[in-house]
This record gives sequence, C-alpha cells and structure tokens, in this order.
Amino acid sequence: MDALLLEYLPILVFLAIAIVVAIVCIGGSYLVVKQKPDLEKTSAYECGFDAFEDARVKFDVRYYLVAILFIIFDLEVAFLFPWAVSFGKIGLFGFWSMVVFLGVLTIGFIYEWRKGALEWE
Amino acid sequence: MIEGLVFYLFAAITVASGVMVVSSRNPVYSVLWLILAFFNAAGLFLLLGAEFLAMVLVIVYVGAVAVLFLFVVMLLDINYLRLREGFMQYLPVGALIGLILVVELLMVYGGWKFADDAPLSVASRTPDPTAISNTDALGRLLYTDYAFLFQAAGLVLLVAMVGTIMLTHRTRTGVRKQVIAKQNARTKESSVEIVKVTSGGGI
Repeated sequence: MDALLLEYLPILVFLAIAIVVAIVCIGGSYLVVKQKPDLEKTSAYECGFDAFEDARVKFDVRYYLVAILFIIFDLEVAFLFPWAVSFGKIGLFGFWSMVVFLGVLTIGFIYEWRKGALEWE
Repeated sequence: MIEGLVFYLFAAITVASGVMVVSSRNPVYSVLWLILAFFNAAGLFLLLGAEFLAMVLVIVYVGAVAVLFLFVVMLLDINYLRLREGFMQYLPVGALIGLILVVELLMVYGGWKFADDAPLSVASRTPDPTAISNTDALGRLLYTDYAFLFQAAGLVLLVAMVGTIMLTHRTRTGVRKQVIAKQNARTKESSVEIVKVTSGGGI
C-alpha cells in the first residue's frame, strides 16, 4: 500500500507547489502593490464591454438534456476501464457480460437517436 | 507520517468545504465548494488505496455531475433574497427533523452488528491488494461475480436515459432543417423545367 502512495507523491508535491505559487501570485500583488482603486481603474476597459445584464438568465432546458446524456455515457465509459484492465482474467463470461451491458445502452442510444434528442435544430 | 498528515489535510478541507456548501449565500459558490469537497474526497479514496474510485470520482462527479448541478442552479432562477426569507420561521421544524434523523442514525449504529463470518466471506472473494492493482481487482469481481448488479447498473442508466428524454425533449414546430433523404430523392424531372422562350416574348 505504501508503494502505491509513493507513486502519487509527485502529484502531492505538484499540488503543494501549485497552491504556494497561486497564493504568492495573488497575495503578493495585494501586499506589494499600492491599492488605490477608482472608477476608471476598476471598470471594464480595452477588451471588455460593460455587462448588459445579469449573468443569471434562464436558458433552454436542451443544454440540460445534453449534459445528462453526457453523464450517462461518461458512466458507461467508466465501466469499460476495469473491464479492459482485467480483460485477460475474466474469461468469456466477463466478455459477454460487458457486451450485454453495452447492448442495453445501445438500445437507449438508438432510442434517443430516433427520438431526435441528439439533434440541435 | 506524511500519510496521516495528508489524511487530516484532506479530511479537514472536505468537512470545511462541506460546511461552506450549506452556508454560502450564492448557490453557484456552493457548487464550487462542492467541487472542492469532491476533489478532497478523491484524495481520501486514494489514501485508502481505492485508485479507481478516486479517479472516477474526479471524472464523473467533478467533470459531469458538478456541471449538471450548475445547470440546475442556473435553471431554477432563484432570487437570493427571497431564498433567505423565512429562514428563522422554518428553523425549528428543520432542526427537529435533523435531530430525529441523528437519533435514528445513532440507533442504527448502536444496533449494527457484523455477522461472525462476514470478514471471511468478503476476504475470500477479494483478490490480494498487494499483488494486483485496484482497478484490476475491481474488474475481476465486477464482471463475473457481480454480473447481475453490473447489468442492473446498465438498466438504471437506460431508465435514466429514457426518463430524461421523456421529460425534457420536445420537438419544436416551425424549425427548418436539412432532410438529406428528401434532398437525395429529388430528381431532375421534379425540379427543373425547360421552357422554350420566343425572343422578345418573355414567359
């Protein structure tokens, strides 16, 4: 178990460095620079427009449909990983088990295709 | 030593961001705190040696479910001030329900008892964690020993798929779109007409 965690030590070091760099960048600019905001300095300038309206507007439920269909296929793919890793050991039964699983989801896929849920219009 | 330190770091951040999820005023910020909680829970899974679960937590929950939560938050069109209204009024009822739940959980925990041979029967199926990797071990069990549960998961996904389409999909009328079969079915005879025009006469 320790050998496994040792493999993740570089990620932990990376995480620590990333956090320190982020804090130094943002905190340093607060500490070193003289803070003297005025209306012109804090307004959107050069490349930005002033906001037309609140960012929180109601939007179409179609985006939600796409997101939820994405999650379902995301989960389907997540099930494929352990299957692929242990493919040599699980034998013919494991293989057909996954084929049936994919078959069930293919039925769903055909259903949504025929319903036109994937079309944007 | 580092292992223990990292555990307490991850656990503390998970709990703290969990508190922030509930207490932050803006629901969008709540979702962002939730993402932080997911990341740290993934770290905790990793410390337990559950590599696959940790990665799936990041991919599925952070990558997809958090996005879905954001969608829901945006779809609801909540007025923040109205949201806080009546907080004190509902506090006693909410606190009572919370208390009942805690008591129930404690009762369940008090009455919890493992069967004598439970550790043995679990251990007999689980491959040796030091010999093979976590993902491999999961794969060896999931598709053979637990094939029924695996297929049930597939059916749940199918139901979710059909349910979403039934609930949110509607065909819009008056939308012009390309129908390729119709385009291909057109012939020269149906679309082109040759007209003899006398000079100066017009059509």
